[in-house]
Amino acid sequence: MSGTSLVTARERALAVLGGEPDDATLRRYLHGIAGVDAVGLEQRAAGLGTRSIKTSSKKWALDRIISLVDLTTLEGADTPGKVRSLVAKAMNPDPADATTPRVAAVCVYGDMVPYAVDALGSVHGDPDDGLISVAAVATAFPSGRSSLEIKLADTAEAVANGADEIDMVIDRGAFLAGRYGLVFDQIAAVKEACRRPDGTSASLKVILETGELVTYDNVRRASWLSILAGGDFIKTSTGKVQPAATLPVTLLMLEVVRDWHLMTGQRIGVKPAGGIRASKDAIKYLVTVAETVGEEWLQPHLFRFGASSLLNDVLLQRQKMASGHYSGADYVTID
Amino acid sequence: MSRLAVPKTYKLFIGGAFPRSESGRTYEVRSADGAFLANAAKASRKDARDAVVAARGAVAGWAGATAYNRGQVLYRIAELLEGRRAQFVAEIEEAEGLTRAQAGAQVDEAIDRWVWYAGWADKFAQVAGNANPVAGPYFNISVPEPTGVVAIVAPQDSSLVGFVSAIAPALVAGNAVVVVASERFPLSAISLAEVLATSDVPKGVVNVLTGAPAEIAPWLASHADVSALDLVGAGDLDWVDLEIAAADTLKRVLRPEQGPDAAAPALDRIAAFTETKTVWHTKSLR
Repeated sequence: MSGTSLVTARERALAVLGGEPDDATLRRYLHGIAGVDAVGLEQRAAGLGTRSIKTSSKKWALDRIISLVDLTTLEGADTPGKVRSLVAKAMNPDPADATTPRVAAVCVYGDMVPYAVDALGSVHGDPDDGLISVAAVATAFPSGRSSLEIKLADTAEAVANGADEIDMVIDRGAFLAGRYGLVFDQIAAVKEACRRPDGTSASLKVILETGELVTYDNVRRASWLSILAGGDFIKTSTGKVQPAATLPVTLLMLEVVRDWHLMTGQRIGVKPAGGIRASKDAIKYLVTVAETVGEEWLQPHLFRFGASSLLNDVLLQRQKMASGHYSGADYVTID
Repeated sequence: MSRLAVPKTYKLFIGGAFPRSESGRTYEVRSADGAFLANAAKASRKDARDAVVAARGAVAGWAGATAYNRGQVLYRIAELLEGRRAQFVAEIEEAEGLTRAQAGAQVDEAIDRWVWYAGWADKFAQVAGNANPVAGPYFNISVPEPTGVVAIVAPQDSSLVGFVSAIAPALVAGNAVVVVASERFPLSAISLAEVLATSDVPKGVVNVLTGAPAEIAPWLASHADVSALDLVGAGDLDWVDLEIAAADTLKRVLRPEQGPDAAAPALDRIAAFTETKTVWHTKSLR
């Protein structure tokens, strides 16, 4: 998988903005976007959550959820051994059932990338081909509070180590202070740092940390800003701040992606992350994606779940559907 | 001016809360002479599933509490029952068509059984455990440990005594229970759940389902996260099939008992829901 070409991304942004991406131009553009109807948004999300998905549809949904999961471990206590066991689970989520699909990617801190790449071996590759890619969080994750040099070095190191995807955090402080130009430039610079020597580029996921942006209007503006600056994916949260991913916020981001697609023809990915633990909730996200941007988005390069405990719940549901009786936590791995 | 009666809604008891059935179903509970008493929730398999999840989450805390503490908590239930004696007597009188004295005797018996089992909480391990003689310089100690989540089909012909006799022994050892109350007499079971909710029993340790045992029990019997199955009140069900379903995940099963002596207080009922852990320990390190 490779990201969008940088030159065209910048040209496109300039064309959309009608000027250089400085604070004033971005402010004029982002604040010109219509405000979010919060009540309507939440009602729409709640309505999408009431769909009843049963039997064969549910089976399809569960398998699809697994193949869209970024299996994640982002703890200070991560060890090479923990990463290896995470990779083992990513490759073979349910050892008792060989029909279980693989997850899309494993998501780790930058310094753990070599261990993940090593453990994946020949399975390392593009999730669209049924392989597993390695995503690394970078740019002083989760707070993003460091200088641009450090953020870029962080990113370049993860890419050099073999990361296929970079999950960066935006500078929420700068965003909330209205310094949109700074946020834009940082995303663009990180995007540049995602380039590999051979000219390809790691895919860039831009984490908005919606829990810290507080309002839906801010989420919509940050989504536009991230896409304009060249993000391949927009991601809700780091998982370290509550509230993390919610259905209304994800719906809102999907709407921005839909509008961008209508405007430019370019497809941007969305990744809700944090707080999605139950299969039932994950299925609501699938419905929301299908109804907002279309079923076409339900593939690994356009939609991901950032999750760790979700996978076990999906496996339990799968076991229930296969065996006809309820399963228990003793029948999945302890992560 | 006459006052409008305010009838009580009897709901399920899952994870310390009183939800309606997920299915939205209810069924009519009638008195011995056929008069309408109340609508009770008719639990579905998903309610049973939720109850097992709640129970599994409660096991660690309840089993990890000291035996003395469990005894105190169980004894307090008896205290609270005593305080609400009149309510239970009235409920049983109406539901089973007994005289006030007979209903009173049933409530007294239920309270006495709580007290009896509560007393065993910190004494049971001394009786069921052992220091085994071994040919070597080791202590070899066997202790009973709770088995985990116990699913119970409560006796069907009794409001309170049968229900109490079924759940108390499983609780003594530190198990969490999911209990299907008597289909015909479910009201006292839910009233007892209200007592449990306001006593010191942690959330999820006792989960009460009302409805058709024939519908719910097979899901509990086959549930992989249920550790043991007490079929004491399942005599009218196809309980052999339940036993077979339980065997798939190696559950311990207690078979149905009938008649007035069903689930009579006994140490065996406590022991039935324990597993023996044996530890070797050196006598000295020289």
